[in-house]
Amino acid sequence: MSSLLLGWVPVLAQAGDPVSQQYLLEARQMQALSLGVHIPLVCFGISFPAMVLFVEWLYNRTGNPTYKALAKRWSKVMLILFAVGVVTGTILSFELGLLWPRFMEQWGEVFGFAFAIEGLFFFLEAIFIAIYVYGWDRLTPRMHFLSGIPIALAGVGGSASVIAVNGWMNNPQGFDVAANGEVTDVRPLEALFNPHVWHEEVHMYLAGFIVASSLVASVYAAAWLRGRRDGYHRAALVVPLAVLCLAAPAQIVIGDWAARTVAEEQPTKLAAMEALQDTTEGADLTVGGWYVDGEIYGGVAIPNLLSLLAFHDPNATVEGLNEVPEDDRPPVAWVRNSFQLMVGIGTLLALLGLWFLWGRWRRGALPRTPWFYRLVVVAGPASLVALISGWFVTEIGRQPWIVYELMRVEEAVTGAEGIPVGYATLVVVYLGLYGVALYMLRRLARTPPEAEVKAGPGDIEVLP
Amino acid sequence: MLVDLLLAILIVGLAAYAVLGGADYGAGFWDLTAGGAQRGARLRGLVHRSMGPVWEANNVWLILVLVVMWTCFPRAFGPLMETLYVPLFLAAVGIIFRGFAYALRGEAASISEARVIGAVFALSSVLTPFFLGCALGAVASGQVPAEGDPGIPFSSWTGATALWAGALAVATGAYVAAVFLAADSVRVEAPDLTIAFRRRALGSAVVAGVMAIGGLLVIREDARNLYDGLTSGGGLAMVIVSGVVGVLTLWLVWSSRFEVARYTSGVAVGAMLAGLAFAQRPDFLPGELSLQDAAADDPTLVATLIVLVLALLLIVPSVAVLFRLTLQGRLSERFRPIVTPDDEADR
Repeated sequence: MSSLLLGWVPVLAQAGDPVSQQYLLEARQMQALSLGVHIPLVCFGISFPAMVLFVEWLYNRTGNPTYKALAKRWSKVMLILFAVGVVTGTILSFELGLLWPRFMEQWGEVFGFAFAIEGLFFFLEAIFIAIYVYGWDRLTPRMHFLSGIPIALAGVGGSASVIAVNGWMNNPQGFDVAANGEVTDVRPLEALFNPHVWHEEVHMYLAGFIVASSLVASVYAAAWLRGRRDGYHRAALVVPLAVLCLAAPAQIVIGDWAARTVAEEQPTKLAAMEALQDTTEGADLTVGGWYVDGEIYGGVAIPNLLSLLAFHDPNATVEGLNEVPEDDRPPVAWVRNSFQLMVGIGTLLALLGLWFLWGRWRRGALPRTPWFYRLVVVAGPASLVALISGWFVTEIGRQPWIVYELMRVEEAVTGAEGIPVGYATLVVVYLGLYGVALYMLRRLARTPPEAEVKAGPGDIEVLP
Repeated sequence: MLVDLLLAILIVGLAAYAVLGGADYGAGFWDLTAGGAQRGARLRGLVHRSMGPVWEANNVWLILVLVVMWTCFPRAFGPLMETLYVPLFLAAVGIIFRGFAYALRGEAASISEARVIGAVFALSSVLTPFFLGCALGAVASGQVPAEGDPGIPFSSWTGATALWAGALAVATGAYVAAVFLAADSVRVEAPDLTIAFRRRALGSAVVAGVMAIGGLLVIREDARNLYDGLTSGGGLAMVIVSGVVGVLTLWLVWSSRFEVARYTSGVAVGAMLAGLAFAQRPDFLPGELSLQDAAADDPTLVATLIVLVLALLLIVPSVAVLFRLTLQGRLSERFRPIVTPDDEADR
């Protein structure tokens, strides 16, 4: 790593002086907006096919038409969300080049092929989602079930390759920098399997299950509170809650692993996450509170806990922000507060999952109090907040670097004018896109579930 | 050698997008020009039905092109995106608008809503291929400097060659779409639509053909190097292939053999793009950046190639299954005319 650090000065000299981009912050926000719009759909791509297939498997085993109605309905939801994801994903592909041309120009050859893998999975997903959703009642039950499996695998594989690129940006490797500053001896596999990849994959994979299950459960919990408590709604509530009660507690263990990797690989990011100003031996951890201008308001400080969590040793030394020049520090308030928000919400979701599990175990039934369902309704949006906060921690915590310790964002940004215009356009466009998607989902929800089972092959209106 | 192979893959991806994506956009063009009466409703119904199960999949080709470009030719991709950001951003926005206008087709609650949605769908169907074509034309006519220049956001893609390429992209899309839709109308046994789309295919074939040949004169004035490339060696060979196959397709459509014509129309478009690539060899950005200088190191090229071969092995059988099911009518939506409030009012 140190040889790389010595080498990066000529790299930048070769790339030319950073262009003056007065709207760098807006460019970053625009990229964050597009990712923020896309990531919830990725969560559904990762986990929803598995849930749909589980319900279809229940139908194939029991022959209960309620399960078929649910699986079929969910498969249409899956298609609508996939279509929106295709559009937002296409925009992202353009945006990487349009906003960060110098990043792509210099580093594209190192990480780019991960996107080729993503493209492969995306292609498979598009093909089999068409077969699966349009194939209800036209393929044999067995063939139909099998045609759904590639969708589940592709959703995981596709997101995994993009996460690998993010891992690489945080922990770049798999290349050398020559004396003249050129990137040489590219080793694509080494770039793909960087040390950041493993925990990011598993963390995001579980997040995908948590977010999709919370949102789905949230919708049906609202219906439950309005008195719709038939078998269909019960199944639609129990399946995502079962997913949540497994994934949310597991995420706490994975989160610990992620934090320890960050502690080792990106100590500055960890310092920002905990707002640790100075390098400290036996560092405390402040739980809760809100960070403003170098101060944490509220919160409970627990002695030595940060050292214990980060290095599994209560007296370990934790590097503070003072280890790097001020210019190389991320904006602490964003990182620290986002991290608290993510951990807080994640913990509450895990408790909610355990509540559900307790009810199943003690009484074999759903909890009776309406407060449980009210909390589940809130859990959906809350899980989205946790998801976006988590990405804020990773990505804002990486600042000011686009390629960690090798290229700064201001060196990567385009010199093009009109970023505010593009930004405003995208805001309007995304509002419209989500508006249309919600409209279609709501209209789907207005059709009674029985219609899914009664429809003959010729009467299917797949995309309304 | 490796570089040439990946360039060839880039061209194939571009051709696939021009044909399959182009047919998608072209269908929107026919939607735009279908008229408002009963006949228009049937035309729109077929457009809707034919695009149903597969329309999202076509964006895969565009993404393939972008990914191969930034991975294998990163030093061309950077300047290209930085210079041509206006048409490329507009194309990207067009893709979104088209996506949701398509989803909302036939959903309007009032006549004015139907008109707005229809207009958005049709306009984005025309403008997206136009801007992408302009960007391609700008590259081919040497408007993109090797270091990239965000200071020429409009002049870079509004030269004669670029505008011509944009218009040609719209025309070829319309033509390919008419051929595809004619073949589809045979499948749903709608002879009136077969006649309608056969006529449209023949008409747009002539328009696209005249534009392609006339374009050579434009290029001769506007981008002499490109013209020389297209009239000698491999470039000329590809132009001839494209012309011959184009005429063959015209004859196939004339004699109502639409299924074969689907494939030959693809070959004609592909040859046209290959001709462009031959014409600007050995450069990626003509006069500015050679293919070799634009390209990534060999390990990256090899890795990408391996992924693409794997993709081919997985995707070809999958696509074969999808097409077989679609052709057997086991996935298609039922054909029904798109009824807008306009038509309801007519009744």
